[in-house]
Amino acid sequence: MEQLIKEYADLLPQSVIQDIVDNVPSGTSSAKIKKIFEKINEEYRFALVDPGQSVGVISAESIGEPSTQMTLDTFHFAGVSEVNVTTGLPRVIEILDGRKNISTSSMEIFLVSPYSEGKDITKIASQIRETTLKTFIKEIDINISNTTLQVTLNSKSVEDAGVNKKKLIKLLEKSIKGYGVTEADDILTIKPTKEGDINELYKLKEIIKDVYVHGIKGMKQVVPVNRDGEHVLVTSGSNMKEVFKLEFVDTQRTTTNDVFEIENFLGIEAARAAVINEIMKVFEGQGISIDVRHILLVADTMSMSGHVLGINRYGIVKEKPSVLARASFETPIKHLISAAITGERDYLNSVIENVMLNQPVPSGTGLPGLVTGGIMNPDHHHAAKKAKK
Amino acid sequence: MATDVFINYKFSGKVKDGQAFVERIISERRMNRLPRDVNVFHDPRTGNVYVETSRGRAVRPLVVVKEGKSTLTKRHAEQLIKNEISWSDLVKQGIVEYLDSSEEENAYVAFFEKDLTPEHTHLEVSPVDIVGVATGLVPFGNHNQGARLLQGSKNQKQGIGFYAANFSVRMDMDTNLLHYPQVPIVSTILHDLAQYDKHPSGQNVMVAIMSFQGFNMEDAIILNQGSVDRGLARSHYFKPMIAEELRYSGGLLDEIGTPDKDVKGYKSERDYRFLEDDGIIFPEATVHEGDVVIGKTSPPRFLNSMDEYNLATSSRRESSMSMAHGQEGTVDMVYLTENAEGNKLIQVRLREQRIPEMGDKFTSRHAQKGVVSLIVPEVDVPFTSTGIKPDIIFSPHGIPSRMTVGHLLELLGGKVGALGGRYIDGTLFQEENEKDMRQELLSYGFKENGTETMYNGTTGEEYKVQIYVGPMYYLRLKHQVRNKVHSRARGPIQLLTRQPTEGRLKEGGLRLGEMEKDTFVAHGASLLLKERFDSDRTILPISEEAGITAVHDTRRDKYFCPVNGENADISNIEMSYAFKLILDEFKSLCIYPKLELKSKY
Repeated sequence: MEQLIKEYADLLPQSVIQDIVDNVPSGTSSAKIKKIFEKINEEYRFALVDPGQSVGVISAESIGEPSTQMTLDTFHFAGVSEVNVTTGLPRVIEILDGRKNISTSSMEIFLVSPYSEGKDITKIASQIRETTLKTFIKEIDINISNTTLQVTLNSKSVEDAGVNKKKLIKLLEKSIKGYGVTEADDILTIKPTKEGDINELYKLKEIIKDVYVHGIKGMKQVVPVNRDGEHVLVTSGSNMKEVFKLEFVDTQRTTTNDVFEIENFLGIEAARAAVINEIMKVFEGQGISIDVRHILLVADTMSMSGHVLGINRYGIVKEKPSVLARASFETPIKHLISAAITGERDYLNSVIENVMLNQPVPSGTGLPGLVTGGIMNPDHHHAAKKAKK
Repeated sequence: MATDVFINYKFSGKVKDGQAFVERIISERRMNRLPRDVNVFHDPRTGNVYVETSRGRAVRPLVVVKEGKSTLTKRHAEQLIKNEISWSDLVKQGIVEYLDSSEEENAYVAFFEKDLTPEHTHLEVSPVDIVGVATGLVPFGNHNQGARLLQGSKNQKQGIGFYAANFSVRMDMDTNLLHYPQVPIVSTILHDLAQYDKHPSGQNVMVAIMSFQGFNMEDAIILNQGSVDRGLARSHYFKPMIAEELRYSGGLLDEIGTPDKDVKGYKSERDYRFLEDDGIIFPEATVHEGDVVIGKTSPPRFLNSMDEYNLATSSRRESSMSMAHGQEGTVDMVYLTENAEGNKLIQVRLREQRIPEMGDKFTSRHAQKGVVSLIVPEVDVPFTSTGIKPDIIFSPHGIPSRMTVGHLLELLGGKVGALGGRYIDGTLFQEENEKDMRQELLSYGFKENGTETMYNGTTGEEYKVQIYVGPMYYLRLKHQVRNKVHSRARGPIQLLTRQPTEGRLKEGGLRLGEMEKDTFVAHGASLLLKERFDSDRTILPISEEAGITAVHDTRRDKYFCPVNGENADISNIEMSYAFKLILDEFKSLCIYPKLELKSKY
């Protein structure tokens, strides 16, 4: 066995060898083990990608085909109660585009024991949820006759939440500076800066509703979910940085679906993993199986530069070395002009340029060159032509 | 607390009691004191009241219900029949009112009068009213899946039929006319309302739902050769050819007439053989590709000073209307008139009989469209114990996934109707009862489920399964292979790009597009890919030092570079003509696309 491991160390990856060691029952004859190694090596060689294989195109087709299927027969939203998450094709597009603002950000907050068993779960949830003034307002009325805004507070909910009313009013005053706020019996009267401007009051009404009171900013909804006996918080809205500060959060497993946020907070490697997980999650959720290696290739390409770049003209296409390739994909004039100004050189190394020139593309059968043993003068046809003259 | 009121989504004030305000508006409208197209919506979520008066909203009529009773009574109906009152009277009396999409949200509409409860606010005028005219033409449509119903009505619009009674004197663009159109046995009330018997567009044919040697898989249908010979779904295709005597500047004129032999672009005598003295073809001439239908000459495009002294005829060019690639037909009608500018206008209508053939498209009224895949000789068509041979064999695989139960019911209804000598009412939601139809079928001596024992036409053996067979209304659709068949090996190319032309009329090629290209790349078939894109391949002399196209002087067989002259090193390089064009375009933009040459090997 030891002998074989040494022999195959350079041929098979460490993990495969470890798998063999772990799975071969003890007492197997060495001849049998040798056969196992040979067979596995053969399979491994067969599974390797050949030189010149167009892995990119194959990945694109392997992801693209099921994606078109997905537009037809799936739902594009899914989630628990109030927390709705974009899934399906819109979500895949969102991830691959490398969007900075995703349509429905969501976190899955895992908790440490004993909170994961459900201790104080609702209290924790309300601690995380961003609470705005809206929660404490019974009614907002616009008094047209003397153009004031009357905000009636719900004193019961204020008390229930254990919030100081004085503090609440101070918060309100702070966020709408310049407006006179007067209080009388839970009714706050707000006067506009300009006398008689109803439109201003309408806008103000919306601002007042969204005044931040407490909780973690951006957490619009926090819903406790029981997952195989473990209590997990699913949120709508995401703020990893603040959530990780809480002592009852299991930072090992807590995650968000916002790739950009992960990149900023945990770095590019985590972001790459997030891209893979998020895409796989969408496809698995629809019961579509795609080989993870296609996604790996995409994720690697996206994170190659050190930042997550989208697969579009602002992202990885911008990084292509060939002018003609860039010009063939959206906004050609921009690329051609800048290439002309800087005197760019196109080495015709990839597919599209060679298609344009009607040359064999350097992949598959077009990749290998001919190596001969004889002496070959690269300028022979020039020499011949000169002689002709 | 007060309610905000918005008029056309603009805040306009407050009322004390929102509900009372809404009720007031509605009652005023019913009393004909407000226009009938004012709608009001009480949003239960926000409590706001929205009054709509703007134009462009879709509204639909509903019968007003009061205390669980329809305000439309028997008396009204009798008066309507006697023509004593009209629809607009009902609207004026507040018996019928029009709701828009928002006010509909507040309404609770009953489908049938028998369903009415005190909570109901409205009653449908007729349950068929929830669909449009075309969709209402689908019999048993309420048994179909919604999406199919919609598709079924779309298919019907493409059906060829008796489109106009004066077709023989009309000069329409591309029209089809069905021979012997029939009224469907299974019809709906909308067939009566639309006077479908005056312009039917299909035929009642015998349909057997069975497979036949696998030829009808994937939505294909099989026709009986005997039925086709007897004129099943036969049609005529009409196409006009139009020529005008245009006026040009300088008093020059087009001239309709057989061109003289010295005209520029003269075809051949044979091509003009059908033209009479006036240069126009005679009726009933059978023409083929290349034949001239209307002879015409035009003045020369550019006149130079010399030409003006010449005889005008010598430099005229040929501009006749001739039959395009792959076209043929018989001249049906020749029509001479003048257009709005007073120019002579000649219209020739060509006619072509179209016998159903492989590749033609047919459909039932339930979005069960299919293409003819085989026309079976009548002797081989399966037959029933009574000797009935189906005209169409339809595959049962089209039914389960599409859930068009109406298709099956129509067949059952058709069978009952044909045997009972009556029309079957298949109107949505008020269709004839399936059970009753089955019983009736039983009384005619057939199996109540509509199936019959059938025999193999070739061997005479009895099929081991019972076959669902009966008459159905089938439509021939205007998509016919005759207008679409196309192939090309070599052919014309475009002047600018030297790539093959596009489209059937221009005998064009089929583009191998970007995604198709990707499949070649994915297979690594690099050299095959190059070959496929060789259609605009050119060999270009390139000056090695300057890196731009050189010139080949064919007369002296010498190359020279525009930069370095005759002593430059010049190599012949193969590239696509499209790339040569973009290089030229760069040069015209003062961008220097310098090619660096090196040996590929």
